[in-house]
Amino acid sequence: MWLSIRGCGEVIVARRMNEIFRHGLEHRSFVIGGIITLLFFLIAVLSYIWTPHSIENLSIVNRLKLPNATYWLGTDHFGRDILSMLIVGARNSVIVAFVAIGIGIGIGVPLGLIAAASRGWTDEIIMRFNDFTFAFPSIISAIMITAILGPGAVNSIIAIGIFNIPVFARVARGAALSFWKREFILAARSAGKGTLRISFEHILPNIFSILIVQATIQFGIGILAEAGLSYLGLGTQPPSTSWGKMLNEAQTMLYIAPQLAIYPGVAIVLTVLGLNLFGDGLRDVLDPKLRRNR
Amino acid sequence: MSLLHLENLTVSINTADGPIDIIEQINLQMSAGDKLGIVGESGCGKSITALAIISLLPEKSIVSGRILLNGENLLDLSPAEMCRVRGNRVGMIFQEPMTALNPVKTIGAQIAESLKLHLKIGRKEIQDRVSQLMEDVGLPVRRFPLDLYPHLLSGGQRQRVMIAMAIACEPDLLIADEPTTALDVTVQEQILDLILDLADRSGMGLIMISHDLGVIAQTTEQVAVMYTGNLFETGPTAEVFNQMAHPYTHGLFSAIPKPGHSAEQERSRLYTIPGQVPEIHMRPDGCSFADRCGHALESCRTQDPPKIDLGNQHLAWCFNPINRTDKG
Amino acid sequence: MKSPLIKIVNVVKDYQLPRKKLLEKRPPFRALNGVSLEVERGASFGIVGESGCGKSTLARIVMALDKPTSGQVYYEDKELFGLKTKELNGLRHHFQMVFQDPYGSLNPRKNVLGIVAEPLDTLKEKLTTQQRQKRVEKTLEEVGLNRNDIVKYPHEFSGGQRQRIAIARALITRPSLIVADEPVSALDVSVQAQVLNLMMDLQEKYNLTYIFISHDLSVVEFITDSVAVIYLGKIVEQGKTRDLFRNPLHPYTQTLLAAVPDIDPSKKRERSGKKEMVFSDAPPQGCPFQPRCQSATEICEQQNPELASKGDQHVACHHV
Repeated sequence: MWLSIRGCGEVIVARRMNEIFRHGLEHRSFVIGGIITLLFFLIAVLSYIWTPHSIENLSIVNRLKLPNATYWLGTDHFGRDILSMLIVGARNSVIVAFVAIGIGIGIGVPLGLIAAASRGWTDEIIMRFNDFTFAFPSIISAIMITAILGPGAVNSIIAIGIFNIPVFARVARGAALSFWKREFILAARSAGKGTLRISFEHILPNIFSILIVQATIQFGIGILAEAGLSYLGLGTQPPSTSWGKMLNEAQTMLYIAPQLAIYPGVAIVLTVLGLNLFGDGLRDVLDPKLRRNR
Repeated sequence: MSLLHLENLTVSINTADGPIDIIEQINLQMSAGDKLGIVGESGCGKSITALAIISLLPEKSIVSGRILLNGENLLDLSPAEMCRVRGNRVGMIFQEPMTALNPVKTIGAQIAESLKLHLKIGRKEIQDRVSQLMEDVGLPVRRFPLDLYPHLLSGGQRQRVMIAMAIACEPDLLIADEPTTALDVTVQEQILDLILDLADRSGMGLIMISHDLGVIAQTTEQVAVMYTGNLFETGPTAEVFNQMAHPYTHGLFSAIPKPGHSAEQERSRLYTIPGQVPEIHMRPDGCSFADRCGHALESCRTQDPPKIDLGNQHLAWCFNPINRTDKG
Repeated sequence: MKSPLIKIVNVVKDYQLPRKKLLEKRPPFRALNGVSLEVERGASFGIVGESGCGKSTLARIVMALDKPTSGQVYYEDKELFGLKTKELNGLRHHFQMVFQDPYGSLNPRKNVLGIVAEPLDTLKEKLTTQQRQKRVEKTLEEVGLNRNDIVKYPHEFSGGQRQRIAIARALITRPSLIVADEPVSALDVSVQAQVLNLMMDLQEKYNLTYIFISHDLSVVEFITDSVAVIYLGKIVEQGKTRDLFRNPLHPYTQTLLAAVPDIDPSKKRERSGKKEMVFSDAPPQGCPFQPRCQSATEICEQQNPELASKGDQHVACHHV
């Protein structure tokens, strides 16, 4: 948004960002969602520097312990500290989902914008590629891709990311099309601006909120997709772990120690919830119409 | 016998800064067969008044006063009872014919809706009535079969369908909220004539809401001028238009480009009312028009303007009306 | 003699309608059927017609936002559609447009500074940020707004104020021509008067040329000095505003003027029949108004009348 008010002078830009921030603090979803999201991101980052215990420490003697002073959430069936596993799992789940969205937005949104701006054959070709990708059931294709490329976090990112592209392309195109019809676009054209410039200066800021909402949805899906892949053994590989992998391993222990499934499950739910709240809040906060009149 | 009597009608909504009146102390009376116009600019409350009568106000509205339809206070009715009034005893036509019809239902089905809802008649009779209504509004069934969808009709044709829907159950009162604003001028002429014909034939009362003084002049016998939720002037249309008492009415009239103006030599400017209509939550004390009024007195800014009777049922709410022939 | 500022020669615009059946061949919809006009510098030229007559299409073609199927548009002797895109864009600051919808014509995500300054972005001479801001502030004051409004967003203004912002945007490159497409139709009467007065003031101050498009006859009569009446893509009558309104010659012009409701309640019009008049399409070679015309005769079905002069007015009718 601050790009779209270029040339306004640094003072105005800074004022606007300040305003967004302050306004944001008044918005419940934004704050709560933001805190939860931030928390999980920080945990993910934290995992690189420190975890309470190393997840590679198998200690059969300490298996299935309940929460105590040493193991704050207890241990799993291999004696690994559950909390540490959750922390490391956060890293893998979050990063996979995040980069996958990045691929989706980075490739999908420009494709969608180009399709909307050019119409005609370019539009048709892009949309048919989209349909082609959509036609493949995503999870099965993700499985196929990781089976071909080999299991692992990186390949999971690619597999999930590929399926984000048509989603964002379609959403961006649909939203962009509705804005191309508006009169202020005609005004920009009569000022002599070309379609590329209009796409980025006018269309993109207006569809931003729709894209954000979609991104939070896709993030949630990404986390679940990664969990699914790991569940099947195609995602994160040992000795690393992810929430999905934890769910996978908890299967056999479900009746003996259900908490092994509950912890990662709750983590997934909270992250996805937090992200959706944050996305909703962000969309509202960025909408100039919802600013309170001074 | 009085058809409609609005007695001290006030509608307010709750906002973050407390309740605000959208319309204040509206008093209007109509007999059967009357044609009343409500004229004003955006935000004056004319649509809200109409919505208050058929009880379709936004949820957080607080209504006080009385709305007497044939002597019965509509505000005392339960929601279920009110549903039996809408479409049955009071019909309404809206402004945007392009969006006021359901795009996925046939026009026959939409006209039949209120018949099915309010009258206990069989399917065959409903069909017959719908066909008759289509004829009445000038859409012969040969040319406009009942299974047409709205998108196949033009704006004027859709408006005729809406009129058919509104009068289907032969209501006592028809409210038309800017029915021709979105239509071309030649289509407007036909639609207004149609509405007047139907009103005359059935003897139903008509409330015509518009910002267009020409429309009001041609279709009404009584008129009420509203501004920021208050009544400023009421009376017989001919009387009010020829002897405008309230400075606002006068200003409104003067701001319209008149035919024959091009014959003038000088490129003169239009008379404008200085300033703009105040926001609903920023209405000043006293008369809300005072700071834009060329006739304002000291008292206008501090006290609510009194009602002045100018004779001939012509009333104005003003401390300093034009052509003051006070009979009080 | 100085050449006219804008010269439109025989512009035809066809639209291809979407096919309903796979291999169906549909004849194109002719939105403009050979429109020619000349507008002198400093003039205020009105274009009047009802919905679907092609006036907005004409506005877009004059602004070179749409290409005509055939015909030319000359701005000061330069044929706009013969120029390369770069050259054309270089000329655009000479002609700007004000749109009808004060809500839709401003980007809701940009503040006033961004909106009004936009036409400056494509000028050859690049302005510094400060110069840009100063110019916007000055223009805002000229249209009756406050210079501090530059940080505000469109939704913070009323309809009349938004239209002023749109006028400021049209004015900022000091154009010679402003095409106004229904600029006051969505505004209240008192606001409409303010905006019309403003437009007249600006015209005098900057010697602007207006092409003013409207369906509102009283407004057109007020602000224009010449006017053309369009019906179904064709100019049916043209002349000085004063003459045309006092003495309309074409049956359609007469119908239009008669349909305007009179503000005098004592002058109640005779009621017309209530039947929805659905007009069969006129035979393509005949006059487009023929199905609705009281005075139509055989020749009207066979020949599309050309615009011919009658004194200072031009009418396209066989019976005038």
